[in-house]
Amino acid sequence: MGEGIFQIVLFVIILIAAAYPVGLYMARVYEDDNFLRRGRLRFLGSAERGFYRLVGSRAEREQTWQQYGANVLVFSLFFVFLVYAILRLQGHLFLNPQHFKGVPSHISLNTAVSFLTNTNWQYYAGESTMSFLSQMGALAVQNFVSAAVGMAVLIAVIRGFTRRSSKNLGNFWRDLYRSLVYILLPIAIIGAVVLISVGVPQTFHSYAQATTIQGAHQTIARGPVASQVAIKHLGTNGGGFYNSNSAVPFEAPGSFGGYFELFLELLIPFSTLFMFGRLIRSMRNALAIFAAMFALFATGVGVNYVAEQHGSAVLRSSGVNITQGNGQTGGNMADKEVRYGLAETAVFTTGTSMTSTGAVIAGHDAMTPAGGAVPLVNIFLGEVIFGGVGSGLYGMIFILVLAVFVAGLMVGRTPEYLGKKIEAREVKIAALGALFPGVLILTLAAISMVTKSGLASIYNPGAHGFSEALYAYTSQAGNNGSAFAGYGATSFSAYLGAIDMFFGRFVPLIAALALGGSLAAKRTVPASAGTFKTDGATFSVLLIGMILLTAGLMVFPALTLGPIVEGLMH
Amino acid sequence: MMRLIGGSAVAVVVMTLFFGGLYPLVMTGFASVAFPSQAQGSLIKRDGVTIGSRLAAQAFTSPKYFMERPSATSPAYNAAGTTFENYGPTSPALAKLVADNAKAVLKLEGPYNPGLTIHDVPVDAVVTSASGIDPDISPAYAQLQAHRVAAVRHLPLATVQKLILQNTDGRWLGVFGEAGVNVLELNLALDKETGK
Repeated sequence: MGEGIFQIVLFVIILIAAAYPVGLYMARVYEDDNFLRRGRLRFLGSAERGFYRLVGSRAEREQTWQQYGANVLVFSLFFVFLVYAILRLQGHLFLNPQHFKGVPSHISLNTAVSFLTNTNWQYYAGESTMSFLSQMGALAVQNFVSAAVGMAVLIAVIRGFTRRSSKNLGNFWRDLYRSLVYILLPIAIIGAVVLISVGVPQTFHSYAQATTIQGAHQTIARGPVASQVAIKHLGTNGGGFYNSNSAVPFEAPGSFGGYFELFLELLIPFSTLFMFGRLIRSMRNALAIFAAMFALFATGVGVNYVAEQHGSAVLRSSGVNITQGNGQTGGNMADKEVRYGLAETAVFTTGTSMTSTGAVIAGHDAMTPAGGAVPLVNIFLGEVIFGGVGSGLYGMIFILVLAVFVAGLMVGRTPEYLGKKIEAREVKIAALGALFPGVLILTLAAISMVTKSGLASIYNPGAHGFSEALYAYTSQAGNNGSAFAGYGATSFSAYLGAIDMFFGRFVPLIAALALGGSLAAKRTVPASAGTFKTDGATFSVLLIGMILLTAGLMVFPALTLGPIVEGLMH
Repeated sequence: MMRLIGGSAVAVVVMTLFFGGLYPLVMTGFASVAFPSQAQGSLIKRDGVTIGSRLAAQAFTSPKYFMERPSATSPAYNAAGTTFENYGPTSPALAKLVADNAKAVLKLEGPYNPGLTIHDVPVDAVVTSASGIDPDISPAYAQLQAHRVAAVRHLPLATVQKLILQNTDGRWLGVFGEAGVNVLELNLALDKETGK
């Protein structure tokens, strides 16, 4: 296991070393008014102003949180219609060399909402359902846009802390454009080039036909894969070109493929914290949050790796050789790939479930109970441990506000964060943002349990069936997108899922903007002896407690009905 | 409000054309010039015929070839319909799959590996891969099969082992991931060695 731990630690060091400068760069992109106005790249600044003229909005025009939120919603609804239309009509449109028919309406709606909300729940097998036009023109576009919307909203919320006595949170078009063109696009291009160089297909040719060595026929799915996979990870989206996602060598070739895609996936969520530290002019405060997230991340990786190396009950009693060494990884290799082995799979699985990406390099269903509990718990914790691009940190800010409030109550000090007093209004909004997903999950899971169509969506009998439903609505509300395979073969569950994803995304998003608006309007009070310190290890521990408490209290009762009953029955 | 709606409509169209059209087109153009083989799926040709891809497993049944890992796709090694098996860690179906696959491995390799027992069968030989087209087997599984392949092909064991080594992709930079033996490339190298 030493070699496995070594590669994981080395990966994390490289990741943090890269995330720091990227974070500082992101801070500049958003807050430097003269960014690209001078110098050789001036033409990019001109293109940016051209875009603002095109959408009829001046970057200088600041928006209140209500205007900002309305802009996000109207813009997003247009995209739902467009994606839905492309999927329905793909059979009549171009770039469809495999001649796939239009996607059925319930799947189209579910998919449109799924990609819009950065969920990427996949109701379909990509390589046998979607035309190239749908993959590129509908789904990959959303990979960019949904990520950029999350980043824009986050920056608006952060302005709540950095501005004083201000009505405004910035301009949505400006934050969106800068996220897309100055942050996501350049990294996606580099990512796609690297992926192409190691073997990820990028072509408009139809699927390749091969006659194998022993004379059988083999169809090899390919297409514009690399350009989509790069942003699928960078934007913490996760919807793969192939059904088995990044387990497929065409989507992630070699041992390098998995680590590189995980790097892309964690880069912005990690960088975001350094950006936050720069923007609030206190790296120590950002590091306290980082430490809390990192502790939970490291725990997840450790538990998964050790449990999978130990192997499953079936494999241990079967007698086959699961001992590491002598030319093999050993352990639980069921639904895993040889080139990844267990260490890479552990860090990828933990990272993908924490960041709400939902991409996989191994089958989560086949993991050992303890190993499989890691992605499960991560999803239930609400995607705030690093979390999705943008949405992770604004989700964490809800928890943070609650933590500051609770700490204030406990020690009798004024609850404040970064000089902003946390009062009743902020606590109410934060509670709404933090608890709403849980209410949504439990309501929809309950509906799916008491209706005929809901029950018909379940694949496995008994407690595992309930776990499937609970997992499905949790994953969709949290905009993660991974699934217990099998659930949801009905149009009922597709529509219910679409509702789940839509409200799971936009209610916290609007709450975050409201919180930002409320904070921005406040004056900044100077720190005094009575101020609770938010930049040390104590606060990190408090944050961890708060994460576990808010998520735990919400879902623990439901968990007892599913996975826990299941575990006790074996 | 009208301005917001109009602006959103324009933005949606512009972004779709740029990120859905221009970006993948430019990447595809770049790929076809800079990495033509990788861009098309790393296909392998022999005597002018496409026989597969180095990134996809394919079915081998003849004892003169190295075997791939079990696959959950339908049919096996379907490179246009990848999938997991999804058997839970305590599932009886998994127990049966493991037992059946182990029995098959013992039957095939036993005659060439005296004293072979189930405790010598590497785990990747009996459980499905995640993609269903995992092109690699563990070096341990390759070593187990080497005796059979050498005997059937009347090659010295050392030659077969040398070819295994040549077709092993080590950890990336010697550190990341795990080593794997590319079965298709190994079998091609064997065919070449014995003049097909």
